[in-house]
Amino acid sequence: MAPAKKRNVSSKANVKKIKIDLEGIVERILKSRKHANDVFDILEFLQSEKEKDITCAVDACCKLFCTFLKRKDLFIGKLPGEDEAIKGEHSPDEKYKIFMRHRYNNCVEILLEHLNHETHGVKESALCCLMKFAAGQGLHPLEDLDWSEHFSFPRELIQAVVHNILSQSSDNSLLISRFQEFLEMEDVRYYVMSSIRDNVATVMDKSKGVVLPVYQSNVFTLMLNINMPSQDSELTNFMVKQEAKHEDWKAAKLHDHKRAFERMWLGFLKYKLPNSMYKKVLVILHDSILPHMSKPTLMIDFLTAAYDVGGAISLLALNGLFVLIHQHNLDYPDFYKKLYNLLEPSVFHVKYRARFFHLANLFLSSSHLPVYLVAAFAKRLARLALTAPPTALLIVLPFIYNLIRRHPSCRVLIHKPSSEDELLEDPYVMKEVDPALCHALESSLWEIKTLQKHYHPDVAKAAMLINTPLSEQEDDISEVLEITSYELMERDLKPTESKSFPLEFETAAHLLERRGEVLGQHFCLA
Amino acid sequence: MGKAPKKKNLADKVRKAKAASEIKNNPFEVKINRKKFDVLGRKSKHDVGLPGVSRSKAINKRKETLLKEYKQKNKSNKFIDRRLGEYDAKMTPEDKILQRFAIERQRSHGKRDVYNLNEEEELTHYGQSLAEIEKFNDTVGSDDESEEKGLLSAELTASHFGGGGGLLRKKTSGGEQEDEQGGQKAKSRQELIEELIQKSKQEKRERQVQKEEAQELTEKLDQDWKSIQALMVKKTPKAEHVDKPEEKAKPEEYDMMVRELGFEMKAQPSEKMKTPEELAKEEKEKLQKLEADRLRRMMGDEDGASVQSQVHMSADDLNDGFVLDKNDKKTLAYQDGKWNIEEETEDDKEEEGETGEEEGSEAEGENEEDDDDVEEEEEEGSGEDEDGHSDLESEQESENEENDEEEEASSSRQQQTLSREELKAQQEAAKAELPYTFTAPESYEDLKDLLHGHTPDNQRLIMARTQKCNHPSLAAGNKPKLQKLVGFLMEYMGELATRSPPELCTIDKLIPELYALCQMFPEAAGKSMQSILGDAAHSMEEAVEVKGHAAFPTLDMLVYLKVTALLFPTSDFRHPVTTPALLFISQTLTKCPVRSLQDLTSGLVLCCLAVEYVSFSKRFLPELINFLSGTLHLVVQDKASTGCMVVPPFRLSGKYSDLLVLSNSESCSSWSKKNLPLSATQQLELENDLNKDHYRLNCLSTCLDLVKRCCLLYKDLTSFTHIFQPIRTLLSKHLCSQMLPSPLQELHSEILDAISSASVTHTRLVFEKKKPIPLKLFTPKIVEVLDYGKKRGSTREEREKERLKHKYKKEFKGALREIRKDSRFLAREKLNEVMNRDAERKRKVKELLGSLATQEGEWKALKRKKRT
Repeated sequence: MAPAKKRNVSSKANVKKIKIDLEGIVERILKSRKHANDVFDILEFLQSEKEKDITCAVDACCKLFCTFLKRKDLFIGKLPGEDEAIKGEHSPDEKYKIFMRHRYNNCVEILLEHLNHETHGVKESALCCLMKFAAGQGLHPLEDLDWSEHFSFPRELIQAVVHNILSQSSDNSLLISRFQEFLEMEDVRYYVMSSIRDNVATVMDKSKGVVLPVYQSNVFTLMLNINMPSQDSELTNFMVKQEAKHEDWKAAKLHDHKRAFERMWLGFLKYKLPNSMYKKVLVILHDSILPHMSKPTLMIDFLTAAYDVGGAISLLALNGLFVLIHQHNLDYPDFYKKLYNLLEPSVFHVKYRARFFHLANLFLSSSHLPVYLVAAFAKRLARLALTAPPTALLIVLPFIYNLIRRHPSCRVLIHKPSSEDELLEDPYVMKEVDPALCHALESSLWEIKTLQKHYHPDVAKAAMLINTPLSEQEDDISEVLEITSYELMERDLKPTESKSFPLEFETAAHLLERRGEVLGQHFCLA
Repeated sequence: MGKAPKKKNLADKVRKAKAASEIKNNPFEVKINRKKFDVLGRKSKHDVGLPGVSRSKAINKRKETLLKEYKQKNKSNKFIDRRLGEYDAKMTPEDKILQRFAIERQRSHGKRDVYNLNEEEELTHYGQSLAEIEKFNDTVGSDDESEEKGLLSAELTASHFGGGGGLLRKKTSGGEQEDEQGGQKAKSRQELIEELIQKSKQEKRERQVQKEEAQELTEKLDQDWKSIQALMVKKTPKAEHVDKPEEKAKPEEYDMMVRELGFEMKAQPSEKMKTPEELAKEEKEKLQKLEADRLRRMMGDEDGASVQSQVHMSADDLNDGFVLDKNDKKTLAYQDGKWNIEEETEDDKEEEGETGEEEGSEAEGENEEDDDDVEEEEEEGSGEDEDGHSDLESEQESENEENDEEEEASSSRQQQTLSREELKAQQEAAKAELPYTFTAPESYEDLKDLLHGHTPDNQRLIMARTQKCNHPSLAAGNKPKLQKLVGFLMEYMGELATRSPPELCTIDKLIPELYALCQMFPEAAGKSMQSILGDAAHSMEEAVEVKGHAAFPTLDMLVYLKVTALLFPTSDFRHPVTTPALLFISQTLTKCPVRSLQDLTSGLVLCCLAVEYVSFSKRFLPELINFLSGTLHLVVQDKASTGCMVVPPFRLSGKYSDLLVLSNSESCSSWSKKNLPLSATQQLELENDLNKDHYRLNCLSTCLDLVKRCCLLYKDLTSFTHIFQPIRTLLSKHLCSQMLPSPLQELHSEILDAISSASVTHTRLVFEKKKPIPLKLFTPKIVEVLDYGKKRGSTREEREKERLKHKYKKEFKGALREIRKDSRFLAREKLNEVMNRDAERKRKVKELLGSLATQEGEWKALKRKKRT
């Protein structure tokens, strides 16, 4: 028995006593209807201030009402008002049932309130209790199942739970992660998804376009915790098993799940999101949202909007767009132009650098691109490389070389022999937005020549490659995408047997006085 | 050589059987091996073979060995003839008889003649013939023998070997003529030789007489020397040491003296005194060589990398770190009869900024007079540490120091017995007077205790002395001790920098010591600096991963970076320490956002360091330009209008983007440039706005100066204009020079001039011209072969292996052939045996049958007889 175990755990005598009391009450109530009024005692405890009391009471309620649900001791059908029931023509048995049904309703209300309690323990036990009620209700529905089309599921209860979980004031991520275990059940997931959609619609409509960070992050966490099945056959884990026509039940069909999922996300993304949330959504979009949508193309609007935002968000939107273009035949006008304009000094410094270059590599791997475009990309990247850190340079240089390898007509960028030694200014226009008009093809990659003097030996060596014709084999940039500067440093720090330490031959006598001293000219010791 | 006679013996045997010449001349016996090419000057052994002879030789040999064995097979007994020379084929029967007879005689003689004293027998003493001893009453030493060996006169050789030049012949013939004139007949050869022998004996006698005389003279000289020596000894610094044995006057006086003389410093050929021009030239050459080396490393030529560590070493370096390149230039020479060290010591001390110069110059001089003054000695200690690095000097030093060593040793013994607390107490008590020896600290704590509470100068002195006392050449375990000290010293510097306020002056003082240690142990210094850098970079990487940015490094890291630049060459293409250091600087400049004036100061310090690092190699450091342009951006008031791109860690707008905007433009007028303290990177207290503005202007001036330096550094880069484009727009459009104080205005205009003066045009990029691949030629490639028959192009071991393999194969084949021949021989012998047996049997049967037939015949005859 669970309560017996708990008694051992709780150390305080007081708590133990309450627990024993409550258990006694529950047993009495279940034994005879005479003690029906003791329910109020339990409900009182349920509303107490102390955390321990509440948890004990929740356990007691859970036990009590689950037994009632099983015994069908609660009134079934449309519930008459309490006062009416006393006056009306009801048998004592029915009166008792009506009374208990009302207490049950009270209990559920209190529990729902507790979902927003300060302490996590209370929240959790309340949630567990409510889900047990839901399971019980599903098995022993409280409504009449008159018409055959109806599938018994405690829809209202779930809706209420979701509504309370998605709090607007407090971060419920812990509770939501607890809730995830219930989301493993197919029917619960299905109804939760539709409840979320309804909830988001009502709440956001009320807020009228104002961002609600806490609420939205709650919603996002909850939605993130929904693990969609990938095949029909995986739908096996149900909380409520329908006796009749189980196959026809919407919650048992993957297609309907997908639609519900899709509508939930679209409903959520329809509203304005905080910037950080935007990024989070875009990061997971391509692998945890798009594959589970029935019509991924519906995301186009959201993605194009994101792509137009600029900066890091655009970079992230690229991934989703790629999936759409690649798998769903999306035709995006001026896609490359926008991609070209995404190239800014900051691409080398953002966190998503590796992802961006991976995708850019994919986009530019097509051999059907016009030469001017490829040249423009190469030239722009080279120009930007003048401000890049060495780790980025180790990506960019092979990237540019790969572009030139794929499009041999771009070779003029690094090799354009002319009869006379004409000197010329760089004709490339950095500020030009249109890659077609930037005159990249008429230019040369002098920037890479500059980088041959880069301080890091690896970068300098990589830049040296343009002195000779490039090899046929493309460089695999995936190896260098994730390189960090510490890894770069470790290459030199690693002890090798042949390493010697050349020394400075100019004698050092002082910290700040030496030939060619720069620091000493601007700073002093004290 | 040993083989040849044996072969001859074998051949002799054959020759005995047949006349050798007969065989050789018989064309049927001779097989001529045809030569393919006639090689001049090569002697071939096998041009003519005698197959018959060799076969018979082989068969005979087998008969003697194999056949005997075969005959002995399955026999447990064998007959051994023990008579002398029975089995010796070499002996002639006559010899055999003679020897056997001799042995027989001896046997009988030994028994009979025990008591028979025979005059002919030799008497010996200690294994030497008494007669010999009598002849030469003086024992001959090894030296004399060598003299005798050299005695091989021309005449002697001529007469012995019959050779000699024509001149000798003439002489002898002349002699003969005289003899002839004297009416005597020409002497026979026998007589001549006898004469010669007599002559040589006479010469020998003369030599002996001479030697005796020489010995007498030597003894006399020895006595003279003894009388003089006392005088000489006083002049040399070793006087006391020589005196002591004299006082004791032991019996082996002479031996001791001889041995000491052996150790006495002989007058070595000193290098000739160099003129100042020569010295300057040498110095210049050395610097040029080092510079060339640096340039080569800068270009990243890896080929010579392995050699470069040896560059600083001299050929007779013991690899104990006893050579400092700086001190190589010193030469040991006499100057007016004195060592010329003094002058250089003086120079050195001036260089080092050592206190007490006057004393130092005298110190060495007074040492000769065996001065015991403590102060002087102290000076000498520190002075010698710096310049006592060349071998010669160290010898001189050790000589001088022998006097002091006893004292030092006793004091160090005391030192060792003292516990740490006592040491501390003693240090406090004797702050003014430092001890002269220090044990090398075993841990970082020890080092801290050692240096605690001393003035910077004294700390330096302590380090110097520790270094000196624990010099690797003094004891075996000193090397690792000092290597550890490098790491501790670096750690200590870091700690000094983190104290508040940072004790940078102490660090400054300790730099020369660290440099000296580093020169001794580049490996240890490099490793510890690497670990410092690695740790710092690792922690920064972690911070960046968690937060996306990191805080600026603390002052100790800045100091480490500066020290790195002092100890290691920053211009190398790839260097195990400076490359990571530069990477660390660049990482810091990109990942650390500027949030306060302290941060900005740290950033500027790093920029200064970065400029220093690349100033020689002129390598391009994008992060440096980014940071400087970002800093300039902080000065601009109206950010939105600039419209230029700002590279992280700076932001276009935000809380900290106005750090350098002056709060009051009036403060420009009262500003004057002054150097910022390094400690400002940690804490900065600026009370009022005016001070703050002044600080800002200082930062700006530093920044502009760095920009100017960068302009000059990078003006040759092809993308110079594009690199400096953002700075140019900032300076020309948004940072008007009117608002700035006049020194800054100057800088401002200089920078703009430098940027605009750079050439914007370039030639197009073209691949490097490839070396044309030469056409294939049909003339054969001629390789000069100098030593025939030797395989080239492999190492010694490989050649040896090949040789052995070849030998093995040859031997194996030979052995196989021999075995085959053996078995063939045996088979033949067996067949012979069988045939013989059969023939015998046949004969016997025939005999029997014959006898039977005669019997029958007889019987028949008898019958016939009867009948008849």
